[in-house]
Amino acid sequence: MKQFDYVRPATVTEAVAAAAQPGAVYLAAGTNLLDLMKGNISRPDRLVDVTHLEGLDGIERLADGGLRIGALVSNADLAHDADFARSYPAVAEALLSGASAQLRNAATVGGNLLQRTRCAYFYDTASRCNKREAGSGCDARDDENRGHAVLGWSENCIATHPSDFCVPLVALDAVVEIEGRNGRREIALEALHRLPGDAPERESALEPGDLIVAVRLPPAASGFAAHARYLKVRERTSYAFAIVSAAAALRIEGGRIAEARLALGGVAAKPWRARAAEDVLRGVAPTADAFQEAAWRALTDAKPSGDNAFKIELARRIVARALSLAAAGTPARLPALPASLFASTSGAIHA
Amino acid sequence: MNHSISLTVNGARRDFVLDDPRVTLLDLLRERLHLTGTKKGCDRGQCGACTILVDGKRINSCLALAISHDGADILTIEGVARGDQLHPMQAAFIAHDGFQCGFCTPGQIMSAIGMMSEAQAGNDPERIRECMSGNLCRCGAYAGIVDAVLDAQGKMDETNQRRSA
Repeated sequence: MKQFDYVRPATVTEAVAAAAQPGAVYLAAGTNLLDLMKGNISRPDRLVDVTHLEGLDGIERLADGGLRIGALVSNADLAHDADFARSYPAVAEALLSGASAQLRNAATVGGNLLQRTRCAYFYDTASRCNKREAGSGCDARDDENRGHAVLGWSENCIATHPSDFCVPLVALDAVVEIEGRNGRREIALEALHRLPGDAPERESALEPGDLIVAVRLPPAASGFAAHARYLKVRERTSYAFAIVSAAAALRIEGGRIAEARLALGGVAAKPWRARAAEDVLRGVAPTADAFQEAAWRALTDAKPSGDNAFKIELARRIVARALSLAAAGTPARLPALPASLFASTSGAIHA
Repeated sequence: MNHSISLTVNGARRDFVLDDPRVTLLDLLRERLHLTGTKKGCDRGQCGACTILVDGKRINSCLALAISHDGADILTIEGVARGDQLHPMQAAFIAHDGFQCGFCTPGQIMSAIGMMSEAQAGNDPERIRECMSGNLCRCGAYAGIVDAVLDAQGKMDETNQRRSA
């Protein structure tokens, strides 16, 4: 690990000033950053430790019916907050389907959003990677790439964003609150992560010094609590990143879908909101046929980036299944195996 | 630049001067305090052998910078027994052959103790397997580990009920 300077700012303003310097990065729990630093993938000159800052670790119900989650709330504390899990069950399920209990206890909300891809070529410093070293090339493109992107990729980068948490969040129109050199601003989570294009080294809309201080769920987000699921296919049932995942949330009124929300994970460099699929579900009955149609719409633009055409068909099936499970109703208790297809859940219309 | 931190480790306050901010909690425990029960397996947060409790919560000590945890209360495998009396989880791992080579065992036991206080698994073996998935055992002693956790949880629940009765 490269030597670095360590600073522990007393205020958010001090933190922003310190992190705006070239070579500086924020340190929260470090569960991703330290791993990257140990592998020499990240080589910061300075760590700006934000873990001791006041006021960033609360979960706050807002007067308008929304929710504000401090950036330093741990993944576990958020998922296990009973009110949170009741109001946003797919988000809690997604959180609990990610990583291990030890990592969820440490990892933060802000860190989860900004975690880096697990592309093996990004991690292997002997490989070429445009994300790690701009302009060096992409060794994933013609090598082991069965897990790589099928949406929004470019010839320069086919990596995926690994977060589970972000998938239902983007479906529920989450907003990211940012403190920067010019003060406070906010952007939609959907606009936080960038597609690779010709600059895969630029992964987010954040500028130097920008600090995510909170994630906000708008009032409408809790309106899907009765019909919301997160489903995740992985190569083992626990403690693995998604091959493909989907968050499905429905508002059902009078036997028809008043509003649908759908997002996919593991398919692109960002959590992938599938608005075309949402549109075909508006006003129709929640049937297997409707969900099949939505699944096809969600993957219309998908194309393999290598040996991963299977992910497109898999994603269609996961979308249809997640919608069916959501239509059947949010389980009274979180499944024993969160987000697993192998959990026994009754009432689903099998796709 | 030197940094001073203090930790409570297994009930005792310890002060440190760090001449390098790269020291993890794992390396601090092993190299500075010679508490070598906490194991360095992968050193990358994948195997769980380095699991300790920090402020009551189980984490991977290999991915935690010591300098960032100034003031933390730490419990390691060396701190769970009362003198010669093993912690019920330790005794259950022995009774149920919850290990073979033993390398992952301190992490397994610390993880299981942390899991109990999270109250997320209950006595459902499937939940226990899910909640313990951050601890790998290359010998494959998983069946014994699940039995040990179930047994220890049962005994500790009984003890707690007797105490509160």
